[in-house]
Amino acid sequence: MNSPLESVVLFQLGPVSITQAVVTTWAIMLVLVLGALLLTRRLELRPTRRQAMLELVVAALDTQIIETTGAEPAPYRGFIGTLFLFILAANWSSLVPGLEPPTAQLETDAALAILVFLSVIWFGVRGGGVVGYLKSFAAPNPVMIPLNMLQSLTRVFSMFVRLFGNVMSGVFVIGIVASLTGFLVPIPLMALDLLTGLVQAYIFAVLAMVFISATVKDGRPEETDAKLPHSSKKKEF
Amino acid sequence: MDYAPLASIFCAAFAVAFGAIGPALAEGRAVAAAMDAIARQPEAANTISRTLFVGLAMIETTAIYCLVIALLLLFANPLLA
Repeated sequence: MNSPLESVVLFQLGPVSITQAVVTTWAIMLVLVLGALLLTRRLELRPTRRQAMLELVVAALDTQIIETTGAEPAPYRGFIGTLFLFILAANWSSLVPGLEPPTAQLETDAALAILVFLSVIWFGVRGGGVVGYLKSFAAPNPVMIPLNMLQSLTRVFSMFVRLFGNVMSGVFVIGIVASLTGFLVPIPLMALDLLTGLVQAYIFAVLAMVFISATVKDGRPEETDAKLPHSSKKKEF
Repeated sequence: MDYAPLASIFCAAFAVAFGAIGPALAEGRAVAAAMDAIARQPEAANTISRTLFVGLAMIETTAIYCLVIALLLLFANPLLA
């Protein structure tokens, strides 16, 4: 059986070897970008059916962002929404016969987690300035500085191992069952995999949102904190 | 005789077996508590189940770590190279 930690090289592009996960990732990106362009080409004030569906998706994203963090969704909608939709599409790409989800490879998940790590810095600096972002490491008090620095790395690591482990284990178990039994037996497991894929995409997006909003909130000056009394009760992960 | 492969396989099995016990108990408790909460307050079911799912995935991560360690032992073991 193939090791789940190795990836299949399809072809070489100069010195770069292109794996199957990369090809699938680019195909998903293409589908998402083209789909978004086509679907938003003619937006009207009185929504058509297609536009109403899109608005439903965006509204659901906004609701989730507000409910999980209490933050204003507009600055985060693009990043978090794309993250969610991409991971969902990647997890569900195993529905296409012969495809393996790119999130079942370590590299894709590591790239996504690095994106989250960088976006925490970006949104933190944008929300409270460089000083505010650095101050967020000293929250709730300066004793926590080493722990907070460690945490900012380990939580990203745990995010990517979580996504990798969940998706890869699904693919792996299906492979084992299919090789042991036969042809239709793994179908219930595949149905379970769809659920896992959805939940993991949701969790990844929610955790990214929680990390970002926690950093932004810690870096903000005190007087804006006082205006948001409910934000201090936010869940910590 | 070389004991490293044998030990790796045993340790991989033990990692998954014992690593699954803790998360299983924890997930059971979490689901039971969520059921209790939903039964008391059905109108809060949405919030509760959303938090439950996030929490379950968090708990499950510990089992997934064990699985990753087991796979490292089996497929990417530096001692066997």
